[in-house]
Amino acid sequence: MIEIIGVHKSFNDHKVLDSIDLKIEKGKTKVIIGRSGCGKSVLLKHMVGILEPDEGTVKIEGVVINKLKEKELNKMRMKIGMLFQGGALFDSLTVAQNVGFVLEEHTDTDKDAVRERVKEALSLVGLQAIEDLMPSELSGGMKKRVALARAICMRPEIILYDEPTTGVDPITADAINDLIREMQNKLRITSVVVTHDMTSAYKVADQIAMLYQGKIIAEGTPEEIKNSNNQIVKQFVTGAAYGPITETEHLVFGHLK
Amino acid sequence: MRYFFELLGEKSAVLFDYIGGVFRLFTDTLLYSFKPPFKGDRILQQSQRIGVDSLFIVSIVAVFTGIILALQTAYQMQMLSSEIYIANIVALSLVRELGPVLTALIVAGRSGAGITAEIGTMTVTEQVDALYTLGSNPVKYLVVPKFLSLITMLPILTLYADLVGIFGGYFIGVHRLGITSNMYLTLTFEALAFKDLFSGLLKAFVFGIIISIVGCFEGLRSSGGAEGVGKATTTSVVISFVSIIAADCLLTFIFYVLGQ
Ligand SMILES: Nc1ncnc2c1ncn2[C@@H]1O[C@H](COP(=O)(O)OP(=O)(O)O)[C@@H](O)[C@H]1O
Ligand SMILES: [Mg+2]
Repeated sequence: MIEIIGVHKSFNDHKVLDSIDLKIEKGKTKVIIGRSGCGKSVLLKHMVGILEPDEGTVKIEGVVINKLKEKELNKMRMKIGMLFQGGALFDSLTVAQNVGFVLEEHTDTDKDAVRERVKEALSLVGLQAIEDLMPSELSGGMKKRVALARAICMRPEIILYDEPTTGVDPITADAINDLIREMQNKLRITSVVVTHDMTSAYKVADQIAMLYQGKIIAEGTPEEIKNSNNQIVKQFVTGAAYGPITETEHLVFGHLK
Repeated sequence: MRYFFELLGEKSAVLFDYIGGVFRLFTDTLLYSFKPPFKGDRILQQSQRIGVDSLFIVSIVAVFTGIILALQTAYQMQMLSSEIYIANIVALSLVRELGPVLTALIVAGRSGAGITAEIGTMTVTEQVDALYTLGSNPVKYLVVPKFLSLITMLPILTLYADLVGIFGGYFIGVHRLGITSNMYLTLTFEALAFKDLFSGLLKAFVFGIIISIVGCFEGLRSSGGAEGVGKATTTSVVISFVSIIAADCLLTFIFYVLGQ
């Protein structure tokens, strides 16, 4: 279970998170939606202790992680897999070294066993025989899948997905959605998915929360969010260019003046 | 006037923040250097990139410097009819001063910039964040190997530059100025005392600390995509250059006072 309690975060006077409260039940999938730049990635990074809140606490399985010493925090991080928005594969390492990074760096698993685990993780994301390639030789969608394989390789209890379907083709996107569901159904993994892809959100979510101007403005089941009366939520989920969110932005794409 | 002081205050606050940040990274690096696990292969790989790959350019710069030194000294000494001091001056200037400084400037321009570009790219593409989530500390994983290889490779490169530079001076002394080979070598090695060599190598060691820590610090704080990494790389080289010269001035002063 992940609990975020009263978290505030600013970067040089720019308030990104403004008193966030959020709870993710064990074995459930919570999707956080919001526009680009609204602080979704920042929120996600608080859940692995890469960013520390200015105020408030982040608890994982009841442990306050923003108070932990590095050693305990690292132990906690072993239980959490994170998929970064751009993949964040180490470009000086091969695919196999990327996927097996934790096993090689932090465990004494022998080489054959590591190779097996890497293969298994890669096949879970539908990839094979690419162990010796460098990340620069992969397409965008493949990078994302390799990154996903790296996140699940150490068999985490929690997986954080930062825009897992952004930048991949619709078919791969659907496969990733299926994988997220499967991880939850079969392995009872707790997931947090950050996205602005509503198809993906409806498909994988148990609960959806919308982040807007530093606050969670709506939370509920996919059904509830779909039928929300909140005008801001309505505009976002239907993807309308005009509405309360864009009142002050003069969106004139396609209207030559 | 008020505005001027406010600006001055702001600028010096930024400067102190910066120095504080560099210093914190330095102490962290020292701590993690002594913390297991130790990965020799990463240090070796870095040493290869920093040391061996710089050999060629260091050789060229050192041999030309030795030649220039010998010619310039000859020009002066001929006026005083004291050509005998050429070997002396070439050796001492190289070992105490030019060897360490020129080598450090070359390595700062080559490896320092490379370190910032590499770590900067890793920072803006979230690879550094990924390291944290995979339970590895970026200082331990990225900074320590570069730090350790720079503080060992820079003194070694410096020693090498000294030798090559002395050879450049020898070449001019023997072939242009008519000093016999034996004489030139004897004069050179008589002129050099242990403390000269030591002060030069100590300088190289300090410059190694500066290049690695500034390079890594600039990389880790870069933001804003490719453009940000480019800016960080420029800043890293500029700050390394200025710090190397400033540190050299300070060290030379200290050795001068101690030597009296
Ligand atoms: N390390 C940082 N330093 C300064 N500002 C940051 C940092 N990380 C994120 N921000 C700012 O926080 C805001 C939210 O960013 P982010 O969480 O990446 O948005 P998104 O919802 O698209 O993932 C942006 O305005 C961004 O500029
Ligand atoms: Mg983001």
